[in-house]
Amino acid sequence: MIPLSHYLILSATLFAIGAAGVFLRKNLITILLSVEIMLNAVNLTFVAFGRYAGDLDGQIITFFVMTVAAAEAAVGLALVIALFRHRESLNPDAFTSLKW
Amino acid sequence: MLALIPLLPFAGFLVNATLGRRLPKSVSGGLASLVMLASFAISVMSVLQVAGRPVEDRAIQESLYTWIASGDLKIDVTFRVDTLSAVMILVITGIGSLIHIYSTAYMHDESDSEFARYFSYLNLFAAFMLVLVLGANFPLMFVGWEGVGLCSYLLIGFWFKKKSANDAGKKAFVVNRIGDYAFILGMLALFAKFGTLDFQEIASAVATLPAEMTFGVLSITTLLLFIGATGKSAQIPLYTWLPDAMEGPTPVSALIHAATMVTAGVYMIGRNAVLFEHAPQTMMIVAVIGALTALMAGTIGLVQNDIKRVLAYSTVSQLGYMFLAMGVGAFGAGIFHLYTHAFFKALLFLGSGAVIHALHGEQDIRNMGGLKKELPITFWTFVIGAVAIAGIPPLAGFFSKDEILFETFVEGHQILWVVGALTALLTATYMFRLVFLTFWGERRHDAPAAHDPHGHASDDSHGHAPASSHGHGSGSHLHDAPPAMALALIVLAIGSVAAGWIGIPGNNVLADWLHPAFEAPRAAAAVAGKPAAAAEPAAAEGEAAAESHETLEFALMGVSTAIAVAGIWFAWMVWVKRRSIAENAAREFGWLHRLLLNKYYVDEIYDATIVQPIRLASQEGLWRGFDVKVIDGAVNGAAAIVNTSATVMRRLQTGSVKTYAGSVFVGVVAILAYYLWL
Repeated sequence: MIPLSHYLILSATLFAIGAAGVFLRKNLITILLSVEIMLNAVNLTFVAFGRYAGDLDGQIITFFVMTVAAAEAAVGLALVIALFRHRESLNPDAFTSLKW
Repeated sequence: MLALIPLLPFAGFLVNATLGRRLPKSVSGGLASLVMLASFAISVMSVLQVAGRPVEDRAIQESLYTWIASGDLKIDVTFRVDTLSAVMILVITGIGSLIHIYSTAYMHDESDSEFARYFSYLNLFAAFMLVLVLGANFPLMFVGWEGVGLCSYLLIGFWFKKKSANDAGKKAFVVNRIGDYAFILGMLALFAKFGTLDFQEIASAVATLPAEMTFGVLSITTLLLFIGATGKSAQIPLYTWLPDAMEGPTPVSALIHAATMVTAGVYMIGRNAVLFEHAPQTMMIVAVIGALTALMAGTIGLVQNDIKRVLAYSTVSQLGYMFLAMGVGAFGAGIFHLYTHAFFKALLFLGSGAVIHALHGEQDIRNMGGLKKELPITFWTFVIGAVAIAGIPPLAGFFSKDEILFETFVEGHQILWVVGALTALLTATYMFRLVFLTFWGERRHDAPAAHDPHGHASDDSHGHAPASSHGHGSGSHLHDAPPAMALALIVLAIGSVAAGWIGIPGNNVLADWLHPAFEAPRAAAAVAGKPAAAAEPAAAEGEAAAESHETLEFALMGVSTAIAVAGIWFAWMVWVKRRSIAENAAREFGWLHRLLLNKYYVDEIYDATIVQPIRLASQEGLWRGFDVKVIDGAVNGAAAIVNTSATVMRRLQTGSVKTYAGSVFVGVVAILAYYLWL
């Protein structure tokens, strides 16, 4: 049986990759995708913990997360389209007018 | 019933203060006079009741309710008439009534509402003054003490549209506050020492103590009380307000600033005679201050040109006499002089008021003269007042003043006696200078000082805006005092003649009457271990000494009469026979004349040494320094700190989502790290 640590290491790696994507990429759609990777990294840990604990809680939470992620993706993409229409750009650095 | 004595004038005050505006003058003035007369009647009845009691227990007392009860401190609102306050309430209500009646004529030019305001103040004053003398403990006395100060302020500044009147009122109020502060401290010291503020209890407690030969607690306490008295009774160093107080209406000067309020300090010392007797150091100070004040004010009075100011300095001088008497332990003589002085000084002030009234506001004696024929009632009553104050027997002033001088001499204060005698000479001189310049000779319309033919028109020193249509052209007929004023003048003149007869040496009714008031309550004296027998030999001794005293007293009487006559003769020579002497002397001793005319520059010295430094410290230190820099600085500083820190902090809000996400990430990592590894 694959030990829990393997799942956790994979999950942490995915999470780090996602976080790096959020911070380093200059495209809003890519950033959204990176956020999805981070969410799924978390999902993976839930499922892994659930499997090892021998109950279904982890999988139930994962379904909730996936539902929220779908909704989030819908709203997020709508926002991205609205922003693009406004500025003709998808670079997050173009949207910094909300400051002092 | 005692409570009615102050309550009646207070009721008069309430009516005139609330409804007075709508009442005609006859009603508001009549009501004010009526309540005073009623108060006088009740006073007389109370005094008769006191007189009907046995000598050792001549006092009636009436407790209304407990005013303050807190721990050891219990203060009742108690009115007490003993032999001392009996004299005071008769003077206050009696002379007060006359002055109210006089005022109805004197203030007749005022509008209805001003007239009612005047009488409401006057009634309020009488009420407070009666509380002052009837109060059986210090706090109640202090209520009256402050109340009369307030009324004095209101009445000095009665013509409040005039700046000089306002300034004089404020000056009186502020100077009095200095004294009152010391008075409060004195009261607190008494409470700390004796645990009571009741006059009787304090006297009993003090009587058990030995007289304090060194400068200790009792001396400091009495000195503080005396400083309070110097403020109220216009003694050195706090006398400067009284001459300025002459800005008020003349009847006010007569009632408050001559006959009653200013004598409150003398009364206070008399009331606490036992206490003061146990502090010989303070007594000496009181005597010396009194004598110095008497002399100094007398010299100033000699050269002043304003009729009321001469009388004001004369009042200060006579008050000095009273304090001299108190200081040498002759309490009876001091109160005697207080009582006779109330008659003749009120008479002189009211007489001067009649002169001012007739001349439509002229106060400068250089613009008077020759009024003898035109104002006969005023003239004769004024002369009687002047003779009385100068000390010619058998008028009132002679007996009281002579008793003070005699007691001073007998008590072994020869130097103070010389000062007192010198003051008596000055008194006779300046009073008759006033009489001669006002009533003798020719009318002087054009004094060198005022070239305006109407004299008063350019002289705004009098506020009651005489009807200018009346204007006194040369030779115009002058009106003597109207009936209400004449009545007051005549009654007071009779008083000035006869008031002294109850204190004739050898048969001094007043001294015997007052005597118990200056002793500790009998019970306490017994407790103090002074058996009554101890007093007997002293009395016998006294009788033996009385023989030699009598010769001395008659000798001194002769001396003071001679002094008074000399003063009058001198005034006659200088100001009637040869006017040139006065002018030459003024020129010859120009510096002295200027020094006296400017009142020894005391006002200027106070201004330079006290008023200006306080002003400067307030302005530069408290206002521009503390208020602007510290208080405003703290408020503005708080705002400035928020502003500066905000300028720095707002840089954090970049508007870049990535920075925010980064901060959140770093924060989460930090928190996790803290919980996982620390």
